[in-house]
Amino acid sequence: MARRFLVIWFRYLKTDWLTRRQPTLQKLPFVLAAPDHGRMVITATNQFAEAQEIIAGMVVADARVIIPSLQVIDDKSGLSDTLLKALAEWFIRYSPCVSVDLPDCLILDITGCAHLWGGEKIYLQNIITRLKTLGYNVRAAIADTIGTAWAIAHYGNNSGIIETGQQTKALISLPPEALRLDTETAELLHKLGLNHIGNFIGMPRSALRRRFGYHIIQRIDQALGNEEEIIYPVYPIEIYQERLPCLEPMTTATAIEIALHRLLETLCQRLKKEQKGLRIAIFKCYRIDGKIEKIEIGTNRPTHNTTHLFKLFEIKIETIEPALGIELFTLEAQGVEDVTPFQEKLWQTTSGLDNINLSELLDRFNNKFGTNHVHRYLPDEHYWPERSIKSTASLTETLTTTWKIDRPRPLQLLSRPEPVEVTAPIPDYPPMLFRYKGKLHKIIKADGPERIEQEWWLQQGQHRDYYYVEDEEGHRYWLFRLGHYADSSYQWFIHGFFA
Amino acid sequence: MITNKADIIARLRQDLLALQGFKPVSSTDADIGLGQINHSFPNASFPIGAMHEFISADKEDSTATGGFIAALLGKLMRNGGASLWIGSSRTVFPPALKFFDIDPEKIIFIDLKREKDVMWAMDEALKCDNLVAVVGELQELSFTASRRFQLAVEQSRVTGFILRCNSRNPNITACVSRWKVTSLPCLLNDDIPGVSFPRWNVELLKIRNGKPGSWQIEWIDNRFHHLSSANSIALELQKETG
Repeated sequence: MARRFLVIWFRYLKTDWLTRRQPTLQKLPFVLAAPDHGRMVITATNQFAEAQEIIAGMVVADARVIIPSLQVIDDKSGLSDTLLKALAEWFIRYSPCVSVDLPDCLILDITGCAHLWGGEKIYLQNIITRLKTLGYNVRAAIADTIGTAWAIAHYGNNSGIIETGQQTKALISLPPEALRLDTETAELLHKLGLNHIGNFIGMPRSALRRRFGYHIIQRIDQALGNEEEIIYPVYPIEIYQERLPCLEPMTTATAIEIALHRLLETLCQRLKKEQKGLRIAIFKCYRIDGKIEKIEIGTNRPTHNTTHLFKLFEIKIETIEPALGIELFTLEAQGVEDVTPFQEKLWQTTSGLDNINLSELLDRFNNKFGTNHVHRYLPDEHYWPERSIKSTASLTETLTTTWKIDRPRPLQLLSRPEPVEVTAPIPDYPPMLFRYKGKLHKIIKADGPERIEQEWWLQQGQHRDYYYVEDEEGHRYWLFRLGHYADSSYQWFIHGFFA
Repeated sequence: MITNKADIIARLRQDLLALQGFKPVSSTDADIGLGQINHSFPNASFPIGAMHEFISADKEDSTATGGFIAALLGKLMRNGGASLWIGSSRTVFPPALKFFDIDPEKIIFIDLKREKDVMWAMDEALKCDNLVAVVGELQELSFTASRRFQLAVEQSRVTGFILRCNSRNPNITACVSRWKVTSLPCLLNDDIPGVSFPRWNVELLKIRNGKPGSWQIEWIDNRFHHLSSANSIALELQKETG
């Protein structure tokens, strides 16, 4: 079967896209420009600017001479690449094999596709119309080879469909640039008076090769179909989703469990095959009354363990209201990461934090109680007690600094220091007596003061003078005085209890 | 004949202990440095893979109890491993755990609002055999719940500590032991400034198949010292420092 190719040329790819995003730019001449050697050089123009003979490669200052009110917008590198990739994924509805040809073309292998639309003419018309409604001004051509289709799309005048075997006839009247030659070769051909492909296509190959290099032979062969040209199709990212439609609406918890089990098994099998694990999964139940019930779970580490994932969902199944029945179940893995296989140990005496059972246990906690209930603390480089630790959700995060044990720290720290009444000798001695919650404590032993200054770059406030004290019963407390003794506004607080 | 009888009785006692959930422990794990307290325990070693209940009356006592638990935890975790600390109104300050020879980053704290959730979390955590120990702060503990915990740890060999502060109902539980720890005034003479090492009065109120008792111990240099010996150490230290 003869192969057929479609080449779509986006004449104003970037500017059309920009007009689509900013409708105010419609009907205005504007250009995209990027800095190059200290000047702003135009990289793309729209059709109104082009009509005034402003072309890519011009310096913006020169273009401003032609149109003083010319709008100049900064160009981003890699923009056309992303745009074309997105368009290519969109074009998969027309053909399974779509490839990007930078800077502004898409190549589709449409062998055996066009008849589904009722012929190549309707097919081509359909594509052009749909792109036009999207705001893209394109030229497209269908031919047996990519080379011919490309030439007709860029330089052709007729309908854009070249019948099978008619390549030579179609190419004869076109300029040599249509063969995708580099600029030097094309210029040389023009200088020699070979202004049409027909002028040199019949020349002996050895002569052409000697004068213009091997490249021209290859291009001619590719255009005529004597040499195969390989294109690299775009593969869209497949989302990790499984669906399970039901014949009868489901209403019981058991049915939901069975559905969940099946979906999990198929999804996990796929994940396992690809060595991936899910971090976030959403289970959705589509009810016949149009509402969607959903439950979501998250895991600490990527996993494809069906039993564990089922356990996580199981806690939440009771929150699903089936009402009149559920007709469709879907399971989608929204966060997917690579799985690092866990190393089995022969002598597993006691294991640390890097452990599947432990992370599964914490997953269950997180899913039952919600986030912000599981804490792991790491030291932080602050002297201010409240700031000396930082909470982390990760089990693998390691210490960046050591735990400081050079000064005493209480085993129990009150989240908010509580004021106490204190009798203390002047000015830097530890207190003799203090009253906390109505009880009078006589201090026998004391250590301190340890002065901790407020970190002014984080928070304004007075320093604290900490004392480690013991009362007559052997209870130990952490007291502090806020502010200088000399100030009348100082105050005493209790901040913690020692073991 | 008599020695024979004694042997038989000793063996039967061992069998009974095994049936009651005290699995014989390997010699390396056995000693956690509790010294003469060990004589009160069945098999003469601290029961690992069992529930221990600690009761305290006020904040000060519960801190002292927390210190004693942290000291035990440090000993249990010395070969690596992680532990969970579950509570509804936890105020433990992680850096202080370093004074009890624990790497605070190896402890995962679970803070929950309701006692019911703490119970659920305890139950799940005690079944996870990759943990070393689980500490739970609870006010009340019913006999049923304690039996559930005890059965779970007998399977998983996790050591469970339950810290009951201000309990209104000191009911019977299925825990292997019940402790009461209070702080003691320090030993230094009046003319020496500063505060000395933590000192506790440790009472073992109940122990299944063991002998209850009361001891005074001090935590010096990451080790338990009984007060008679601690006394001499303190004196030595005084001599050293002049």
